Amino acid sequence: MTIQFNEETFRDDYSFRNSDWAIKRFPFPFHEDSYMYSVNMEQHRGGPAGSVYEKRFDVDEHYVSEMRDRALVLDDDPLRCQSLPHMTLAGWDTLELIMVSKSEDYPDLFELHRDGDQWHWINRPMGIEQKFTFLDETTLPCGPLEYITRQAQGDFAVLDQRDEMLWMDAGMVTTQADWSLDFDIGMNFFEWHAPVPLAHEMGIFKRALKFLLNIQQGAPARRLNWTMTVNPLLDTSPENYHKWGIQKTQMTPETIGAKQHLRVELQTFYRLPRSNALLFPIRCYLIAFQDLTTIPKWGRRLHRVIRDLPEELATYKGFIDNRPMMLDYLSQFDDGQPTSPGIWPDLTSEPALKK
Amino acid sequence: MSAAPQKAKAGAEKIDVLVSAVVPLNDLVTRFEFKRTDGKDFPPFSAGAHTVVEMQDEGRTRLNPYSLMSDPADTSTYAISVRRDDQGRGGSLFMHQNVSQGDPMVITYPVNLFALDLRARKHIFFAGGIGITPFMAMIAQLERSNGHWELHYAARSPELASYATELKAKHPSNVHVYYDSENQAIDLGHLLEGQPLGTHAYVCGPAGMIQWVHTTAAELGWPEDNVHSEEFLAPQPGKPFQVRLCRSDITIDVGENESLLEAMERCGVDAPFLCRGGACGQCETDVVEHSGTFDHRDHWLDEAEHASGEKIMPCVSRFLGETLVLDR
Repeated sequence: MTIQFNEETFRDDYSFRNSDWAIKRFPFPFHEDSYMYSVNMEQHRGGPAGSVYEKRFDVDEHYVSEMRDRALVLDDDPLRCQSLPHMTLAGWDTLELIMVSKSEDYPDLFELHRDGDQWHWINRPMGIEQKFTFLDETTLPCGPLEYITRQAQGDFAVLDQRDEMLWMDAGMVTTQADWSLDFDIGMNFFEWHAPVPLAHEMGIFKRALKFLLNIQQGAPARRLNWTMTVNPLLDTSPENYHKWGIQKTQMTPETIGAKQHLRVELQTFYRLPRSNALLFPIRCYLIAFQDLTTIPKWGRRLHRVIRDLPEELATYKGFIDNRPMMLDYLSQFDDGQPTSPGIWPDLTSEPALKK
Repeated sequence: MSAAPQKAKAGAEKIDVLVSAVVPLNDLVTRFEFKRTDGKDFPPFSAGAHTVVEMQDEGRTRLNPYSLMSDPADTSTYAISVRRDDQGRGGSLFMHQNVSQGDPMVITYPVNLFALDLRARKHIFFAGGIGITPFMAMIAQLERSNGHWELHYAARSPELASYATELKAKHPSNVHVYYDSENQAIDLGHLLEGQPLGTHAYVCGPAGMIQWVHTTAAELGWPEDNVHSEEFLAPQPGKPFQVRLCRSDITIDVGENESLLEAMERCGVDAPFLCRGGACGQCETDVVEHSGTFDHRDHWLDEAEHASGEKIMPCVSRFLGETLVLDR
């Protein structure tokens, strides 16, 4: 399949758009009409053809523009990419995993030629060609983690594993749902999750840590997480809250369909072979309410989920003030008919909206 | 989420291999080298990792963990070294007596429960006997990244000190070998006392040696997290016993020479596991009901958990008594 890459922005004029193809393959995160935390992990071993789960690192129509946005963020704030000194090997692991996966999964877009430690990488969509020596940092324009994650969509947290614990010791974080690598760097799993409400009491993090510590080479895992974002902003960081936070107050009933986006993270987990670190890619997908509600099942379900979400979660996810306006808008798409179980759009079997 | 639900299988992913070399090193130890059957490269691994080797022994499947001792950067070959244990349950004897060059075998992807702490300014290794194997890979890895390391290796005699000559020749100033037969011993207190801040110690060998290093380091004020060890326990034989597995809704008999985990597998129960040696925690199982005495032999549960009677590690631990019901 050849992908037509969009020319679009995630700031200023917000020209970001999802094509019909992107809407239908959107990773809708709710498998039933309500939502509560769970350790909702499954193996990351492909998925239905064309879905975002099919490849190890999904490449879509937003690739080139997302990478341009990442470069702008890094120009303003180089600390969005950090790697503590002992994490360089994990950076090479990450580079190897992404280059090998992309060249195998998208041979028309990416090529990797290896002759011992002499590597030759071609990235067609971005027009990059690089010859370098594997494990020799001096042969790349920047560190291996920064180099490869400037060419891969989504954020990347690289977690060192020591003493039955995970440590946030490296990462590339420019498309995040309001958390900061610069603040979290060096923290352990419980420390960086401290702000999350309810889940600690539910024992979620203890179970999640146990699961993650046991993720093994050759057996990656995945889960979905979600939040809400006003305007298609990739960089909703605490560092820039003064720029984007105010936009949450600038929505009206007339603009909400275009401005309000469901933000979904496809989180994957890979044991890195050479360093024994854990790679945690967090891939962000955005969809405007007006696009999402073109899928009747999703329109019905999103209304019910948002309506019934516990107040703590709506507060933590940052949309408690806008919830009434969101519900007014979404209620147009909920005719009370039952929805089919599972996350898929079920376009052929789900009834049309009766309103 | 349920994009493509798949049930996780017990154990790590598997790789089909051919035995590419069988190299006897001395009276007790033989090295086995593997190539992939499909001709591809092995995945790279981190030093300290082990693989679980599957042996088909006359209808019985044996699964034994062995440290990968080859150079982690060499993805063409994996190698393990196996010490023959004449009193053991037969896995090492099977390897020594029944495995020859060209044989097909199945091994698992690498799993690391004994990783290097890459923050360390210096790594000091203590090996006892066959405990040298993970350090072979660690040394190769650190040599590549210009790491600072030294090895103290105790063996029964020069004849039985696998790889000692080769290591001494390659790294004369980093490798120190001690022979029981010549009344030489590691001067542990002195060594641990003199290390620079940021040093990490690693020990692999008999249980007594591991305990000795941990205790001595603690007495000298070493932080607990700076001392790393790995010991795979072989499941020990014991009196047969009966177990009720309530989720699977069957009652099974555990024989004298098999572990509880092996008995479950024999009866078709897909129980989770990784190391099969009481170290990784993966097979931890809840006890629903019991009347009798546990014979806990793992390193995973702490003393309070052992005493509670609420959990058991079926890869190495056993039970004596009337009733045992497990949530499996």
